Amino acid sequence: MQIQTNIDDHRIAKLAAFAIALHMIEAVVPSPLPGVKPGIANIVTLYVLLQYDFATAAWVSILRVFASSLLLGQFMSPAFALSLSGALLSLSMLWAAQHLPRRYFSAITLSILAAFAHIAGQLIVVRLWLIPHASVAYLIPIFAVAALFFGFINGLITAKLLYNKTQLPESDQPAPPLP
Amino acid sequence: MLSSSHSHKPAFRHLLAGDWLTIILSTIIIAYLFQTLWSHEHAAKVQIRIGNKIHAAYDLNQQRDIIVPGPIGDAMIHIRQGKVRFAKSPCHNQYCVHQGWLTHSGQVAICLPNQISLELIGAQKPYDSLNY
Repeated sequence: MQIQTNIDDHRIAKLAAFAIALHMIEAVVPSPLPGVKPGIANIVTLYVLLQYDFATAAWVSILRVFASSLLLGQFMSPAFALSLSGALLSLSMLWAAQHLPRRYFSAITLSILAAFAHIAGQLIVVRLWLIPHASVAYLIPIFAVAALFFGFINGLITAKLLYNKTQLPESDQPAPPLP
Repeated sequence: MLSSSHSHKPAFRHLLAGDWLTIILSTIIIAYLFQTLWSHEHAAKVQIRIGNKIHAAYDLNQQRDIIVPGPIGDAMIHIRQGKVRFAKSPCHNQYCVHQGWLTHSGQVAICLPNQISLELIGAQKPYDSLNY
């Protein structure tokens, strides 16, 4: 059987592989608090969204969630459900937020908004399925602080990567004025 | 103005005006979340459960001793003007008694051997409006 692939498929596969690698690295790093993770794989999603388009970013993000859970042996487990719900909500947020004027809002805003949507998606699953008790509300502020912090850091890294990318072709010229 | 004042710090030169707005608004929302969801208001009522059934709820603004019949015996609960505790319990460990007075809404004392639990409730549960 031969599946016809085009250049877009190859690009999605390459970027998804990169996101999966970041996800794997993060999986072995111990977390101070269960559920609080930097989410460095989202840097790839964000970078793809800004460099290519939303459809490519969605493909990369969803492929990353499925492939990573298979590699970690978490497919269809609660960890997978949390990962998927977070990714889906954060993609919906990015879909809406990509229309913000780029002149005023950089990758940092997109990253923070996506991080908030991510924890919202996870907390919905936790509340409805894993811990169906109102006391889950006590966790919201902690996760919100983590989302703001890591969302900001990831956004900063993405902005830096995109900035370096635009600087690359004219590296022999003097540095252009800052935006 | 923002870009010029931050041009010396390479890490922050990528921040645009809208990003500052996002960060400030997020901080305000988080502060509000802490205030509403972690409010340590004084409790108004105590809810007593036996197993998973609600046995009774009492106003905390009174002085009263209650005897609650659990599966292994009677537990004595004291209510003293805004606070409540297990005073006597037939359980072996006496963890529930040693926990002492409960005063803030959201606090819980559980006696596992006797399946009795106390939960303090505020004037209204602060997270009632969040309905996931």
